[in-house]
Amino acid sequence: MDSRPPQRRRAHTRTRDLERYAGLFAERTRVMRSSAMRDLMAVTARPEVISLAGGLPDTSTFPPQTFAAQMTRIAQESAAEALQYGPTEGFKETVDCIAQVMAAEGMLPDPEDVIVTTGGQQAIDLICKTLIDPGDAVICEAPTYPGAVPVFCSYQADTIQIECDDDGMRIDELEAALDRLDGEGRRPKLVYSVPSFQNPAGVTMSLERRRRLVELAQRRELLVVEDNPYGLLRFGGEPLPPLYQLDGGDFVIYIGTFSKILSPGIRLGWMVAPPPVMEKVVLGKQASDLCTSTLTQYFVREYFAEGRWREYIASLVEIYRGRRDAMVEALREHFPAEATWTEPEGGLFIWATLPEYIDTEDLLAKALRADVAFVPGRAAYIDERGRSSMRLNFSGAGEDEIREGIRRIGKVVAEQVDLYGALTGDRPAPGEQRNEAAEENVVPFRKAVEGGG
Amino acid sequence: MKVGVLKGGRSLERGVSLRSGARVEDALERLGHEVLALEAEGTLVKRLDEERPDIVFIAMHGRGGEDGTAQELLEILGIPFTGPGVAACVRCIDKVLAKHEMRAAGVPTPDWFAFNETAFRELGAAEALGALEQRLGFPLVVKPSRGGSALGVKFAGSWFEVPEALVSAFSYDDRVLLERFVEGRELAVSVLGGEALPVVEAIPADGDRYDFEARYEIGRTTFACPAELGGGEAAVTEAALGAYRALGCSGFARVDLILGEDGPQVLEVNAIPGLTDTSLLPQAAEAVGMSFERLVERILDLAMKPATA
Repeated sequence: MDSRPPQRRRAHTRTRDLERYAGLFAERTRVMRSSAMRDLMAVTARPEVISLAGGLPDTSTFPPQTFAAQMTRIAQESAAEALQYGPTEGFKETVDCIAQVMAAEGMLPDPEDVIVTTGGQQAIDLICKTLIDPGDAVICEAPTYPGAVPVFCSYQADTIQIECDDDGMRIDELEAALDRLDGEGRRPKLVYSVPSFQNPAGVTMSLERRRRLVELAQRRELLVVEDNPYGLLRFGGEPLPPLYQLDGGDFVIYIGTFSKILSPGIRLGWMVAPPPVMEKVVLGKQASDLCTSTLTQYFVREYFAEGRWREYIASLVEIYRGRRDAMVEALREHFPAEATWTEPEGGLFIWATLPEYIDTEDLLAKALRADVAFVPGRAAYIDERGRSSMRLNFSGAGEDEIREGIRRIGKVVAEQVDLYGALTGDRPAPGEQRNEAAEENVVPFRKAVEGGG
Repeated sequence: MKVGVLKGGRSLERGVSLRSGARVEDALERLGHEVLALEAEGTLVKRLDEERPDIVFIAMHGRGGEDGTAQELLEILGIPFTGPGVAACVRCIDKVLAKHEMRAAGVPTPDWFAFNETAFRELGAAEALGALEQRLGFPLVVKPSRGGSALGVKFAGSWFEVPEALVSAFSYDDRVLLERFVEGRELAVSVLGGEALPVVEAIPADGDRYDFEARYEIGRTTFACPAELGGGEAAVTEAALGAYRALGCSGFARVDLILGEDGPQVLEVNAIPGLTDTSLLPQAAEAVGMSFERLVERILDLAMKPATA
């Protein structure tokens, strides 16, 4: 036997090798986007940076004793089973827990229609894998969940983004887009929406628009994918029925997750879909990873058996409400008068829009020098829109950190506003010139609170 | 030999540096050296003092590593290092300074104006912007003076796009330059030990600009090496070596040029060129049959015997 010590190997050291690999890449890798963002974000890993960039729930509030007790019980009582493969669809007991969570928002799915997935992200991937051929039309919101963008891209979808305002996706624009596609003899494979406390915009689709969307889906036989990670994280206002409930599950595919109400680290999500779609999704999941983690499904089962999951969510809601308030207050104090932002009634994110001469990717470079980070708006668009917006997360940092983070962002923004003023003086600003042509367009988030004061 | 590899840092090119560094470490191990991985962080000086490497391979880009900071520190500690000394780093990292040096030495570089933020904030420099149209014409390129990998570089097609482009560029540095846009082929000449390697041409896919993403994503840009210049190589190489000398580089460097209608124009000189999988210096070395390991070894040799550089 060869007794030489194993040598650490980093794959490619010669460009000729690279060329060889490049020739092997699938066509779809050409549209998979990497970005300057990723490199910028490498800098945010520094401990002194206040990151309002992530989408992290606060897992520090989960009681360690509970975690320890549950894992111990699993080890003592069902080690062999918990370490084994499980069914592709997930355990019946996990689906029971899912039913409880969905019931809390007024939904009652047939357990047969549910599949447990490796996070909600896998559900998005599996739906696309099931439905999308290269060039197929997919519709989503503008801005949309930044994590959905690479999924749509990697399946080579032709993604069409529909403008959002404070009441969520503009259904009139959706109809216009559908008509346009119809005229081209095309039918979109799906409409992807995060109706409640949207990521990244923080807005919630109104009841009237929910009804119209469902009615539209039924009339046009259109599949709507409802991604609802934050529905139970409501701080104020009246709960609204999910699209799935309004539709009854014929044309709405529902995605849920334990990530924001329990833990993202356990990677447990789910999907509810009509049986013919589910059949293909199950085959797709088998090909992807055979089954979702057995161990974490056991953990969820134990956790729900304890019966305190609603209390835990209630405690999160209290914490996040305070953090949202702190962020909104800080935005009022530190952002310029021209800035607008959303004031979400739940979820994890605020979407702020700056004067259009500010490019938030460049602003991020400046912000990082001031030790603060956010997500530039462009990440939420397939095209070049969103360049003056930013996503701000308020769940992953404490109230004091949030105030300080917003103060730092406000300072670098103020510097850019001053500089632009000095540059343009009394000359007509390019922004004003351009706006004349754009005035017809409805300004998104028009009800958003004006900054200043 | 005990070789420290310095990488990381806080610059925006941190990710690039980590990739360069990892690749260099790998090559050094294969060459049989003892490798000491060094993160550019608070404990660096302490670690250098304790470990006393025979030489440090600087695989850092942008601020902190390519601007003379790390070099100064190593000089104080008396530890030899790869690449240029402090003075050349200071000149290369600052595009405005570099352009002045190049112009003084007769090296062709596109016309430009430079401004710092104070000029606009306190001296009303905006009034002078009107002169740009006559002096530089449009389109023009707006760049942060210190910055790399095309971050913050914007094109202004008309007067009205200039303020916005300036705001972006000032996000990266308090000094920016406005440069005449030269239409032409994008070339890079890597210089190793005072000699030019074959010219590399970057040909962006689908008419993209050779921006940050195109630079570091495999398959986004195709490279021709040696570039087909039909007899124009001599002028390109001469301009590149002129820039290398004018800025006082040593060891290695990468000179970026545009080959326009009026011949080559030097845009900038990178004192510590990238050594990632998609970087141009390794490609150029390979074109003369020099493997990455041999390239790394040669860079070490040049640093140990600076007289031959």
